[in-house]
Amino acid sequence: MRVRNALRVSAQGFALGFVTLAGSITLFVATVLSIVFILLGIGLITTPYVLAAVRGFANWRRRIAGDWAGVTIPVPYRPFPPDLRPGFTGLVERCTLLLKDPATWRDLLWLFTDMTAGYVTSLFSFIFIPYGIYGSVLAAGVWRPIVNSGGNEWYAFIPVSSQSTANLAALLGLGFLVLAVFVNPALQRAHFLVARSLLAPTPQMALTARVERLTATRHDAVDTSAAELRRIERDLHDGAQARLVAMGMSLGTIEALIEKDPQQAKKMLSMARANSAEALAELRDLVRGIHPPVLAERGLGDAVRALALRMAMPVEVDVELPGRFEEPVESAAYFAISEVLTNAAKHARAERVWLDVHHADGTLRIAVTDNGQGGADTTAGTGLTGIERRLGAFDGVLAVSSPVGGPTMVTMEIPCDPYPVSSRRS
Amino acid sequence: MRAVVAEDLFLLRDGLVRMLEAYDFEIAAAVESGPELARALAELEPDVAVVDVRLPPSFTDEGLQCALAARRAKPGLPILVLSQHVEQLYARELLADGSGGIGYLLKDRVFDADQFIDAVRRVAAGGTAMDPQVISQLLTRRSQDKPMGNLTPREKEVMELMAQGRSNAAIAAQLFVTERAVAKHTSNIFGKLDLPPSDDDNRRVLAVLAYLDRG
Repeated sequence: MRVRNALRVSAQGFALGFVTLAGSITLFVATVLSIVFILLGIGLITTPYVLAAVRGFANWRRRIAGDWAGVTIPVPYRPFPPDLRPGFTGLVERCTLLLKDPATWRDLLWLFTDMTAGYVTSLFSFIFIPYGIYGSVLAAGVWRPIVNSGGNEWYAFIPVSSQSTANLAALLGLGFLVLAVFVNPALQRAHFLVARSLLAPTPQMALTARVERLTATRHDAVDTSAAELRRIERDLHDGAQARLVAMGMSLGTIEALIEKDPQQAKKMLSMARANSAEALAELRDLVRGIHPPVLAERGLGDAVRALALRMAMPVEVDVELPGRFEEPVESAAYFAISEVLTNAAKHARAERVWLDVHHADGTLRIAVTDNGQGGADTTAGTGLTGIERRLGAFDGVLAVSSPVGGPTMVTMEIPCDPYPVSSRRS
Repeated sequence: MRAVVAEDLFLLRDGLVRMLEAYDFEIAAAVESGPELARALAELEPDVAVVDVRLPPSFTDEGLQCALAARRAKPGLPILVLSQHVEQLYARELLADGSGGIGYLLKDRVFDADQFIDAVRRVAAGGTAMDPQVISQLLTRRSQDKPMGNLTPREKEVMELMAQGRSNAAIAAQLFVTERAVAKHTSNIFGKLDLPPSDDDNRRVLAVLAYLDRG
């Protein structure tokens, strides 16, 4: 296992060494030239493309750092604003934004480090195994033609000039091989740690990004809840409140009529009763929209089961939850699911929906798949954006895969921890 | 007839007690929390219990859990569950043991005292009282999924009332037809839906509900 690991690292080291030298030097030179050419104007056009290539190269390194050595390197780049202008002005704007991003300059510094320190570490993680083998090759007789042809062969610090010195070289080579088994993974790790020191966001950058995100989500959360309150106020005002006023008036009239015209009074009484029933029904719907009763009574699992039963199309529900979550999280997850199911029924015209809700590794994962016509767009539909905002307040994310023709798959993830269900009499 | 009432809001509890007393029920106990209800159901042996789903101290579905537990201990113990909202999920759980003597109604149904008392009596006698909303939800779902046999509109109407737990006589009165006509409709319904015929009113209701829920 260790041996195979060392071999794999060595092969990867070879590839890395090649790429760091070729890729980093090319990109470093191209970037420096492009930035210098900004003075001449041409750079304004080339820089965004060159930097895009640099970012691609850096992102590839970030990815393999995780895949090969388990070193996670987060991506530090600032996102572009969505309303960039097209054409030449867009390019200039993009160029300015890129140059203002400290991550760009750190990338450049990394390119330079990569072709020096990065190259050396990758070279060392590669070289021990082939060099170790070369020691044995010398001892097997290859030293003879080299020395005979007047060559001056040194193996590390051993001058190879006879079979005995060649044997020494083979012994040292064996030592290199053993060394490789132990230090190769560490060397590879060192290579990626060097990369991480420049490719990962600095604490300050990470904080800035976090603050930006928090400001945005807080803004969204405040907006959403204000809109919700406005809606509730309007519903109460036009619905239940108005009905109660009407009922009060009817009762007043009934009081006046009860002796003069009992027949009419009776008719109005039944009308008043119907009115109160309607007011109740409206309040019930309103409550369901604020906080569904089953959610309050049973938690997320049963609430989505009840929700699935309410849908017109069959919904296959698979829920596995270790307990209950904070109420705001449950509520956000519930309404997100509700919205997605409604979309599936209304827009995708799905005939069947599969709903999967489970919790693992501190994350609540929800997947909704339907067999509808697909073509859902996160940027166009207000529904999906709304969900994204709702989840954003909890650092949750939404991903939609919806090719035209279907099927649509919506996945949502909310980081959260359950608290155990309090022991319940049953 | 001795009844237990469990409802945490004083006004509603008081109203229910008054209404039941006005219709000659004897109130064995009127309680306001889950633990009290569990004790009353275990010790007082009422003929029927009217229970609110949501009760203190947890304010979750404590009343429903109490009802289910009491019926596990004493199968068929007649309980009518009241709620501000009806859910198929809860209806399913209440009906699961198939033993009858169970009701699940919206609180609004107390507006019509005669009908409400009728439902309480039906449950006390081992029958079923399902809220029309539960039935209509089941029907909508069912009709979207698979069309409901080839029932005539009248037969559908009869089935809806039957699923609520009404007797033939009550259905006849509501639809202004003779009892014999209703009996004919019900046997047609059972034939078309491929359900085993039964004379027992309650078994019939449960069969229809199970059929609808299978969707």
